[in-house]
Amino acid sequence: MSTTIFVPRDSTALALGADDVARAIEQEAARRGADVRIVRNGSRGMFWLEPLVEVQTAQGRVAYGPVAAGDVPALFDAGFLAGGAHALAHGLTAEIPFLKTQERLTFARVGITDPLSLDDYIAYEGYAGLTRALSMTPAQIVQEVTDSGLRGRGGAAFPTGIKWKTVLGAASATKYIVCNADEGDSGTFSDRMVMEDDPFMLIEGMTIAGLAVGAERGYIYTRSEYPHAIAVTEAAIAIATQAGWLGDDIRGSGRRFHLEVRKGAGAYVCGEETALLESLEGRRGVVRAKPPLPALEGLFGQPTVINNVISLATVPVILARGATFYRDFGMGRSRGTLPFQLAGNIRQGGLVEKAFGITLRQLLVDYGGGTRSGRAIRAVQVGGPLGAYLPESRFDTPMDYEAYAAFGAVVGHGGIVVFDETVDMARMARYAMEFCAIESCGKCTPCRIGSTRGVEVIDRIIAGEQPARQVALVRDLCDTMLNGSLCAMGGMTPYPVLSALNEFPEDFGLAPKPARAA
Amino acid sequence: MPDIAPSNPIERIVNARRDMPGALLPILHEIQDSHGFIPADAVPVIASALNLSRAEVHGVITFYHHFREQPAGCHVVQVCRAEACQAVGAEALAAHAREALGCDFHATTADGRFTLEPVYCLGQCACGPAVMVGEQLHARVDAKRFDALIAALPAAGQDQAEEAQA
Repeated sequence: MSTTIFVPRDSTALALGADDVARAIEQEAARRGADVRIVRNGSRGMFWLEPLVEVQTAQGRVAYGPVAAGDVPALFDAGFLAGGAHALAHGLTAEIPFLKTQERLTFARVGITDPLSLDDYIAYEGYAGLTRALSMTPAQIVQEVTDSGLRGRGGAAFPTGIKWKTVLGAASATKYIVCNADEGDSGTFSDRMVMEDDPFMLIEGMTIAGLAVGAERGYIYTRSEYPHAIAVTEAAIAIATQAGWLGDDIRGSGRRFHLEVRKGAGAYVCGEETALLESLEGRRGVVRAKPPLPALEGLFGQPTVINNVISLATVPVILARGATFYRDFGMGRSRGTLPFQLAGNIRQGGLVEKAFGITLRQLLVDYGGGTRSGRAIRAVQVGGPLGAYLPESRFDTPMDYEAYAAFGAVVGHGGIVVFDETVDMARMARYAMEFCAIESCGKCTPCRIGSTRGVEVIDRIIAGEQPARQVALVRDLCDTMLNGSLCAMGGMTPYPVLSALNEFPEDFGLAPKPARAA
Repeated sequence: MPDIAPSNPIERIVNARRDMPGALLPILHEIQDSHGFIPADAVPVIASALNLSRAEVHGVITFYHHFREQPAGCHVVQVCRAEACQAVGAEALAAHAREALGCDFHATTADGRFTLEPVYCLGQCACGPAVMVGEQLHARVDAKRFDALIAALPAAGQDQAEEAQA
């Protein structure tokens, strides 16, 4: 009987040599006359173990990793086709603590299935949500999403159901669903994983959104830096269309939905929804003033639902299991789960989906296992390049939109970037301003000019020229950017800058450097 | 529209896509993918087909970091310089890349083999520093691994031979 071996095709696994490993397994099996079937699955999100090879056994899937092509003969010698012991073996994948204690609702299938197998998708509850949605009225679908408490996972946390209701209520023959897959934040990769490792889930979520608001066309706007995600998502759209899950007559319902991937061109600001719409329409990605809201006048001037990948990818499970099931996870007004992404200097980096309410310390220590370098953690940036830098004193605040907002931080898209004690926070503050200067769309003055002046002033602080005076200037500049910018690019760049200043004054020459353990 | 396909490849690309909504970025991507850059003489062709001014087309090309108006080297080497990679040594790698290739960021080596570009996130943030050569991704890249992956690229003569085959 043939043994099934899983070798991920997620781009992180590929970047660490997964294709070579798959080839080596195939060749070694042929040499030994072993009957194996290799499935290229998605990643389990335990990136420190990639390439993570799994073998299907009677007891379940057994994990080996990180596997290099050169390890393959020894794995065969150790009897890994029967789950044999080896230095790289981790036992049953599902029992690995990092994975076992997660609450994977959105990422339930990710890493388990072949991303382009529609049979796999359906076998693991795929299309159950859309099937139910096809029997509901648009208002009922919108109500279900509203009741689930789902809020925009792109960072702004606006209630998804309310946005959909506005679009549903807008009178227009043409409406659009736009997926914001312009995942430009450093430290985030959950959108990429959805597109590469479970693309049918995003397609299903967008189709449900189309049914809910009366839109028949959707666009997935993603990054040119994500060639793998684009290829897999486009292949999945073709498969879904072929099988009648997309197109002019969705599964014989008479309902219509068409989907297309559009590629950005390396502009971070296009992750801002109105800049994204400009880019989709074929213009420079310059931010629009709001109102009008995109929900009323969005893409090509028509009512448009614009949601992040994770928001849309979470809709199928909400429809399949019901609003109450989803709402029962989480805390306060942050309902459900968030796929947190552990990144930067972290020993066990990867994807951790947990209900809101988990603390940063639990994520960093229990899941992350501390830094990769082995040094102490000094600063953690939560929520992308526009998120605040947090010192250890903030690690016990629960992950909750309101709890974070209360001290000028953001949960954002759930990206968590860890820095050890070698980090120079004045340099990181400078980088935040520099990045804003590189990526500003140029429309509003506080962002366009403020960021460049910010770099100059921080350079003077670093050079030790009257630091106290320069810091007062930086604070004043941040105040202008915070209150005077048109969008989050200029409006939130002060978050990392001010948090660095407030929490790590010693790096700006404003306080003596405390003695640190080596 | 005449049904005779134009012989100019740029006109072919533009004509195939001019009627799609928001056609400009897809057209520019297609031209850059096939030509390696956006030639200056493509601008009036695109502008006329999409009923835009040449300034508008030029404005879009120059707004986006991805589009280039000059040919790149044989290999485009993108080194991630965003926060998550910085946390694990991306700045040291960036300095090494400059030295090893002998050119600065946004520049091409004198022999035309390499173009070095910064990139702000390749989505490999748990396994940085990340580098992309062409469309080939590499994670956990240190100076040694960088040298090895550059050395493994086909030599200049082979580059041309491969191009001739393609």
